[in-house]
Order: sequence, then structure tokens, then C-alpha cells
Amino acid sequence: MELKTVQTRHVPVRYFEGGTGPDLVYLHGAGGVTAEDPFLAALAANHHVYAPLIPGYGDSEEAPTIRDMLDFTLHTWDVIEALGLKDPILVGHSMGGMIAAEMAAVAPNDVSRLALICPAGLWDDDHPIADIFSLLPFEMPQILFHDAVAGAAMMTAGRNVEDPNFLQTYLVNNARQLGMAGRILFPIPERGLVDRLYRVKAKTVIVWGDSDRLVPPFYAHGFKKGIAGSELVSIPEAGHMVIVEKTPAVVEAIGRLG
Amino acid sequence: MKFTWFNLMPWPYLPDDFREKNRSVWVDIDQRLFDPAKSHEVYNTYMDLLEYADTLGFDGVGVNEHHQNGYGIMPSPNIIAAGLARRTKNAAIVVLGNSIALYNPPVRVAEEFAMLDCISGGRLVAGFPVGTSMDTNYCYGQIPSLTREKYQEAHDLIIKAWTTRDPFAWNGRYNKLRHVNIWPRPIQQPHPPVLIPGGGSVETYDFCIDNTYSYSYLSFSGYLRAKALMQGYWDRVEERGAPDKSPYRAGFAQTILVAETDEEAERLYSEHVSYFYNRCLHVYPGFADAPGYRTIKTIQSGALSQYAPPKGGGYTELTWKDLVEQGHIIAGSPETVRQRMEDLIKGLNVGNIFCLMHVGNMPADKCMYSTRLFAEKVMPKLRNMFPDFADDDRFWAKPLENRVTSGSLPGEFPTSASLAKTYA
Repeated sequence: MELKTVQTRHVPVRYFEGGTGPDLVYLHGAGGVTAEDPFLAALAANHHVYAPLIPGYGDSEEAPTIRDMLDFTLHTWDVIEALGLKDPILVGHSMGGMIAAEMAAVAPNDVSRLALICPAGLWDDDHPIADIFSLLPFEMPQILFHDAVAGAAMMTAGRNVEDPNFLQTYLVNNARQLGMAGRILFPIPERGLVDRLYRVKAKTVIVWGDSDRLVPPFYAHGFKKGIAGSELVSIPEAGHMVIVEKTPAVVEAIGRLG
Repeated sequence: MKFTWFNLMPWPYLPDDFREKNRSVWVDIDQRLFDPAKSHEVYNTYMDLLEYADTLGFDGVGVNEHHQNGYGIMPSPNIIAAGLARRTKNAAIVVLGNSIALYNPPVRVAEEFAMLDCISGGRLVAGFPVGTSMDTNYCYGQIPSLTREKYQEAHDLIIKAWTTRDPFAWNGRYNKLRHVNIWPRPIQQPHPPVLIPGGGSVETYDFCIDNTYSYSYLSFSGYLRAKALMQGYWDRVEERGAPDKSPYRAGFAQTILVAETDEEAERLYSEHVSYFYNRCLHVYPGFADAPGYRTIKTIQSGALSQYAPPKGGGYTELTWKDLVEQGHIIAGSPETVRQRMEDLIKGLNVGNIFCLMHVGNMPADKCMYSTRLFAEKVMPKLRNMFPDFADDDRFWAKPLENRVTSGSLPGEFPTSASLAKTYA
């Protein structure tokens, strides 16, 4: 994947691009995305993938003027416009799924194929979503992965946690990335999507890991109910990071959009 | 020098195994540990102690705001301050402060502070903290990376409400008000003095310098560890070309415990100090700093949360001797305390001292003992540390000359005859 920059109204946006096939825009979750992401590579096998970074993620510039859900939604439309894309397959994971669903709801005639992978955006008091903002790093794998041990190894791979600069870099990244994510996810990742889902016209596939302990599979039914004609693909032995735990199954589900 | 007697109002009945059985004293503390019936006495004792400090000549009595917190049972400091405004005579009422991003709309703060200023006869000192991440983000749900913007708008609105004599419209991002016109308004003009609690960010230094507000560093780790941070502030004061380096541009909070001798101080107070540092400061690290709450600049400067425990096991490992030697607490005989207070005052160049004289589960008699020794044997010797700035009143309350307090009703019950005479 190649890291590029495209200018938008708010800030220059960094994005990964690669692969050949139908255009596909991938919106990452609160943890971000990197060039080495195996999920991007798998999507790029059959698609021309564009994966824009939310401002503040990776090395991208922060955007103080993107504050609320509508700002995020319209900004991401601005990115698609700036990339010169028309009706790409729109795929979002977690927070990215929440944004993708909002985009499809505000501009239903501009999205014909939508894949939501364990998206945030709905809330039910009886099924609370873990507060990722107060989790300590060592608590993350248990919440994010079906296999917490393998997940922990994946999260720390290539990082030297003994490095004295590691903590400061970690805190700066967290402040930039989760600080931005907090604008639509804190303290509760719900900004009224439930009342707008009915507007989505896209052929939609909803993908969920059976052992998702961050956004419980309960929410799959809310999305399925909210989006007419949508299809639910449940994936066994996968947690919230289903995209890396069961990459082929997720890619296969997206493939059903045609 | 201005000495403010401060009480955080800790809940004094956290069990011995609190650390082991609970992950945090703050945010998600077990509510069953609070006994409302017992709190009746706790509140009244704590307010009595604040009133006692006024009778001993402290310059101020101080209250603060915390939410869902085992060491602060004061979610609304203004309620306590209202009681103090009535029951104290001379001390400034130092509300440090109201977390103004949490009030909706913030004109509520302009109004309540105005009421306190009016009731107290112009004795209010107004603190405007951003609020800790625990309070502001985790308890009160503010979005971390937007908290400062909201705070700034709240500040601008409050100051404008205090200083504008005609109704005005406020079209803010976080507040839309068509008719701002506060009633009552404060006695002190142009408005009560403002203290800003800060934790080392350059933005806050500049905010204080630009507005002539006093920068207040509220820490539990003592004056020795505060040196670098306060030096950063004074460097900035110079860099920005402020007209002076008045020590009243800054304040510092310090735990202070006085007895007849150093040994007696340890014997009387060590269990309460241990209670505070080990139980009261047992905060779950996940709540210390919501991502986005601190600016990138601040994180890069290395100013981490004051709630982050000291390296190597945290406070549990620290003995009384460690706490005294490292300056977390200033404790001992009046002479010991005087010397160390001088070091603090000179070393940090601070004119406002927030004296944390009630610690943890300290009972009232010990607290009175320590407070009185400080007031009578230490405070007088520290009064004239900054003769060059003796007249600097920019950062302190300017009360009315003639004030009333509770008990202003006529001494004699009015009768038909007396009223007829008065209103003849």
C-alpha cells in the first residue's frame, strides 16, 4: 500500500492506496490502520483500495474544526469527492462503520454497496459497550480479540515497550487518535444513528465476530433491523478485531456485494 | 502572604482493605461505602473547622469541586461556600473552583459567584479550573478533546456577563443565549479576583499572564517536586514581558501538619497521612487522563498527570520519613515547619498558600491543634516574606469596609409599640 495525501476543505488527508479492481473505500476503527495491515492487503487483492486516515491518525494533521458526527460524515464525503471516486464500495470497521453508516444515511443515493464490520453507533442500556477510553493497554487484548494471547502478541509486535520514549509516544498517539475518536465515541458511542438508519438504500452486509466483547453481537440485530434488506454474516471464533482474526471470511462477506 | 485554610473534605470511613478491594477512589467508587447518616456529622465538622480557621486569622478559607470522589464530598463547593459566607467574618471565601465547562449554561457560575460575593460582602476569590479528567470527562461526560474549547468559551462568557451592564446576546459554539443579563452581579469590580489551577501547560501560563489571574498549582506531591513546573511559569512570565514577578501571580497547595515537636507530629498525624496517600489517592490509572484531555504540547513537555503515582510502587512504599523528606508533606514542630515553609515560599516564589491542614481521616481535635499551632507560631513569622509586593492586591478579594454576617436581625423582638415608634 502506498501512503498519499489529498487536500480537503479542513486539512490535507493521508490515505493508503493499492490494489486493482472495483473502487473500495475503507474507513478504519478507533485503533487506526497501517500500511502493513493484513486486512488492507487482502482487500487489495481484488479491489482498488483507498483507506483514508481520520485527521490526527498516523502522521496526519489534526482537524480542530471537525467536532461532531455531521462534521465527520461530511468530511469523509469530502475525501471521497477529492479522491475523484463515484459510488465506491464503502467499508467501515467499528468507528469507521459508524461513519460509513452515517454517510450512507445522509446521502443514500450515493452509496449502493455498504459493508459494516462490527460498527459502533447504537446503544442499548442492557448491552453496554466497554469504555475504551479508560482501558489500560494490558486490558485491550481481552476486549478486542477472540484469542487474547494471540491478540496481545499482535498488538505489541515490533514495539519496544522498554524504550523510555515508548510511553510518551504512546501517550501522544493516544491523545491525537483517541482524542479525535472521542468526539464521536465519548463517553457513549452513540450520536443518533438509530433514527437515521432507515434512510440507507445501499445493498448492505453486516459482519460480526461471535465473540466480540467490545461491541457485542447483540448490536448486529439493531443494524439488520434498521437497514432494509441487509444481510448479517456472523463469524465464529472472532472478536472485535475480526478483520485480522478471520480476514478471509470478512473479505468473502464483502465480496457478496458484487 | 495569603494563607488559605483548605479542606478537601475526604470521606473518613474508607475501610482498611480499601486498596485491595476497590480499583478506584474516584469515578466508580463503591457507593455503599458512603453512609449518608454519618455524613451529616462529617459535613458539619468539616464546616466547623473551616469556620474555626477564620477565627484564627487565616486570610482565606478554601473549598473545591470533585465528583464521585472518596476524598472530596463536595460536588458543589458553592453550597459549602454559602454556609461559610454567612458564618465567617473576615476570611476570603476561596472557591477553587467551579469547573466552568460543566455548567450549562455557564452564566450559572457568574450568578452563583455573584451571590457569594454579595452575601460575603465582597470576600469571594473565584477559581476556574478546567477540572480533572476524572471529574470532567469520566463523571460529567465532556468530550476530552473539546473540553478546553468549551472551558474557554465558558470563561469568556462569565467575564463578559460580570462586566457588561446591558443585556447582550451570546452566540457561542457551546452556548446560545439571546438575553444575558445577570442579576445579581458581584460587589468586586470589575470582577472578583480569578485563580486558575494549572498542571504545567504553557497555554495556561499564558492565559494567567494575559488576564492577570493567579496561577495555582494544586499538587499532593509537595513543593520539592513542584520546582521545575513553577520555574517554567516564572520563565514564561519573564518571556512574555509581564510588568512584574509578583509572588501573588502564583499559588501552591501544600499539606501542612504542626505539633509541639517533630516526633509528636509523626505520632499524631502519620496514620491520617497514610490514609490519605494510600486510600484517598488510590485512583484507577485508566481514569487519570482521558485521551485528548491534555494538549499534545503538554504531554510532550513531560507534565504527566499529578494523579500518576510516584515511580516504584507508588505511595504505598513511602514512609512518614520519605513523605517528609521528599516534601510531599511539611510536618513537625513550629520551627521545622517555618523553615520548610520559607523554603517553599522562596523556592517557588509563591504568595498564595493553600494550606491543606485537614488530612485524610484526621479527627477534629487533632486538626484544631495543628491549625492553631500553625496560625499562632508559624504564620506570623512568614507574613513579610515579600515586602516589595506588600501592596499588591490584584489577586485577592477586596471586601466592603462595613459588612454584616448572620445575626443582623434586631436584638429585641419588634412589638406593635416599637414598630409604631420606628415608622412614625
